[in-house]
Amino acid sequence: MEQSKLMNLYREMIVEFGRDPHNFGELENPSVTTELHNPSCGDVLVLQMDIDDSEIKQIKFSGSGCIISQASASMMTDLIQHKSLKEAKKLKLTFSKMITDPDPNDLSELGDAEILQGVRLFPARIKCATLAWNALEKSIGKLEEDNG
Amino acid sequence: MNSQERLDFPFFKQEKLIYLDSAATSQKPQSVIDSLVNYYSYNNANIHRGVYALAQKTTDQFEMVRNQVAHFINAKKSEEIVFTKGATQSLNWVVFGYFARFLKPGDEILISVMEHHSNLVPWQELAKKTGAELRYVKLDQNEQLDLDDLLTKLNSRVKVVSIAQVSNVLGCINPVKKIASLAHKFGALVVVDGAQAVGHMTVDVGELDCDFYCFSGHKMFGPTGIGVLYGKYKLLDQLKPVEYGGEMIDEVDYQASTFKELPLRLEAGTQNIAGVIGLGAAIDYLNQIGLKRISKHNQEITELAFDKLRKIPGLKIYGSANPKEHHDVISFNLAGIHPHDAATVLDSFGVEVRAGHHCAEVLMRYLKIPACLRASFHLYNDESDVLQLVSAIKEVQRFFKHGTV
Repeated sequence: MEQSKLMNLYREMIVEFGRDPHNFGELENPSVTTELHNPSCGDVLVLQMDIDDSEIKQIKFSGSGCIISQASASMMTDLIQHKSLKEAKKLKLTFSKMITDPDPNDLSELGDAEILQGVRLFPARIKCATLAWNALEKSIGKLEEDNG
Repeated sequence: MNSQERLDFPFFKQEKLIYLDSAATSQKPQSVIDSLVNYYSYNNANIHRGVYALAQKTTDQFEMVRNQVAHFINAKKSEEIVFTKGATQSLNWVVFGYFARFLKPGDEILISVMEHHSNLVPWQELAKKTGAELRYVKLDQNEQLDLDDLLTKLNSRVKVVSIAQVSNVLGCINPVKKIASLAHKFGALVVVDGAQAVGHMTVDVGELDCDFYCFSGHKMFGPTGIGVLYGKYKLLDQLKPVEYGGEMIDEVDYQASTFKELPLRLEAGTQNIAGVIGLGAAIDYLNQIGLKRISKHNQEITELAFDKLRKIPGLKIYGSANPKEHHDVISFNLAGIHPHDAATVLDSFGVEVRAGHHCAEVLMRYLKIPACLRASFHLYNDESDVLQLVSAIKEVQRFFKHGTV
């Protein structure tokens, strides 16, 4: 394996985000809580959101995982804060596409999370990078069900 | 050290990978691969059905492997050997085909905290189904099976003790013979998960005096999708098929059927014939090298690795502090580095280890770790593999400290 690919996977910013994650912790009265596991590796991620009028007012995550999963959760929560559920759903799709599609469209809307595109070259790590985003999707699904 | 034997495995003729994941699945020698190709190329016929010569020849070969397996693990007769798709299926059949019929509320099932999910989840399900209680034997201070705790938990309510002969994480050998003798005194039966033992050491089910013994072909140089369920004849005879269908029947009427004798009664449908033939070739290969020699070689490599790994600052090994109590498996973690991140960087150096909970999540909970790294060894690993593992681990530590390789 080329070491440059590895350097791309573990860009300095990713390592920093992974080691000192933003929005780490728990909310007091969350509107929705979703716990997801990565069964192949034992990672646990709990995502909590406070929703008001279809807007994500506050979002936090907790659990344990590798640098990639923690950095991804950290960047996702930064990005999603104050967005509408509709926007969040769209961003999740853009992120999933980035991780799997070798020629994705404009990724600038993903902000810092764009830097995680190096994960695409490490198929075994895709689950780590998408865990938080899958938790987001599941949370939105739950909210829609409740309101539907 | 073993350059000759390494050449028996075509896997190692390609670009050099340091393969340290034999506990997940071993590589296969050319002779096993050839046996599969040969069967499909020239001897492909179904067994126990055809009356033509080829079908008979293949049936004979299939049944010869049954004899070979019986001899290999010292079963009393070949009817005590049932082919399954792997250790997991073997264990499930024991749990749901045998114990499900006898267990009732108030009974106890005793396993250990180090069990692989295949020897844990089926028992959980059985406990839920029957109302029996699932209890766990702990580890002692040396992270080995705590025999005193086992003794405390043995009583006449315990109907079965099910235990791995070798742990796939800690690498310890559990004293099955002693456990069987203790359990039998209380009237409990003993089931052994031998997936990590067979092919690494001589296994003698007669000497162990266990009641059921389960293992897979793919961890002992054989193909995937083939495994063995051994049971003492009298007990196996009471095991009800979990699957019904073709070739296991004696006579079928409109509303009911009668079944064949052991072992065919438990082998419904077309069997994994190639898998059985490949398993036979794997046993031939193991016998040709000699299990004593394999065991000695693996022990030397494991002890060498243990010695080198324990000197690396920030590396913690799980299981016994004594290298002699690690059988071909060393599980460890690097301080401050998640095992997945470590495994990806090790992979970038061509060093293949497993990272995760190794299908032993209860053990991870017990050890209070989310996951760990595991290097596992077999006949084809040599000193240079160990040295590359050690140097790659140092690169991992450097990488996550300084951000460069």
